[in-house]
Amino acid sequence: MNISFELSGKILTAFIFGELDECSAGAAKAALDEVISKRGFNGFIFNLSGLTFMDSTGIGVLLGRYKKLLAQNAAVYIDPPPPAIDKVLRTSGIYNVIKKL
Amino acid sequence: MKNYIKLRLPAISENESYARSAVSALALPLSPTVEELNDIKTSVSEAVTNCVVHAYPGRGELTSREILIEAELSENEISITVTDFGVGINDVEKAMEPFFTTRPADERSGMGFTIMKSFMDIVEVKSKKDEGTTIKMIKRIGARNA
Repeated sequence: MNISFELSGKILTAFIFGELDECSAGAAKAALDEVISKRGFNGFIFNLSGLTFMDSTGIGVLLGRYKKLLAQNAAVYIDPPPPAIDKVLRTSGIYNVIKKL
Repeated sequence: MKNYIKLRLPAISENESYARSAVSALALPLSPTVEELNDIKTSVSEAVTNCVVHAYPGRGELTSREILIEAELSENEISITVTDFGVGINDVEKAMEPFFTTRPADERSGMGFTIMKSFMDIVEVKSKKDEGTTIKMIKRIGARNA
């Protein structure tokens, strides 16, 4: 798992690559939180198109970051991910909270 | 003879990727769709994550926190059991409810069993206090064409 960031205007996009599970969740949270805490954006996009695997631990990672972003009044979106990841997201009901782009 | 695997390994998160890959690879001769393969992978990952996170609180020694993964093929299904020998689940019915987690502070979604139940055809949980937990899952392959 690794994450890269891109700031375009006031929109910050986090590109998450590889496998997001219990093993990589700690590193993912740390990397995302560091950038989120620096602020300087008013929109935040989770781009999951490079994810090859994610389970419910990943849902916890996304929701935890969403709460922090909400506290900063940022608009948060998920860029439509590959079908397997999308199924996990749909099953968890996360799209009721974080909208698809 | 039908093919099978038995894996005994420490319940640590580093083994999750290996466990889900091994079980899903066993299913390949049944010609699963990409979606069916991912359903198996994700469900095994959920079951193993539960063992890693919940089964052995405070036990650091790897040999004292093992899981046993057994998977077996039949003509049109794969049957998988994930067993730990840990503390057990207090209330299985409660544990299977969506969003239920004993560890909300860890940002856990509580969706593990919900995903297993919706991705697999059969999910059964047996648990006994201080003896451990077994999750049995069956996935029918090619069910749509049957």
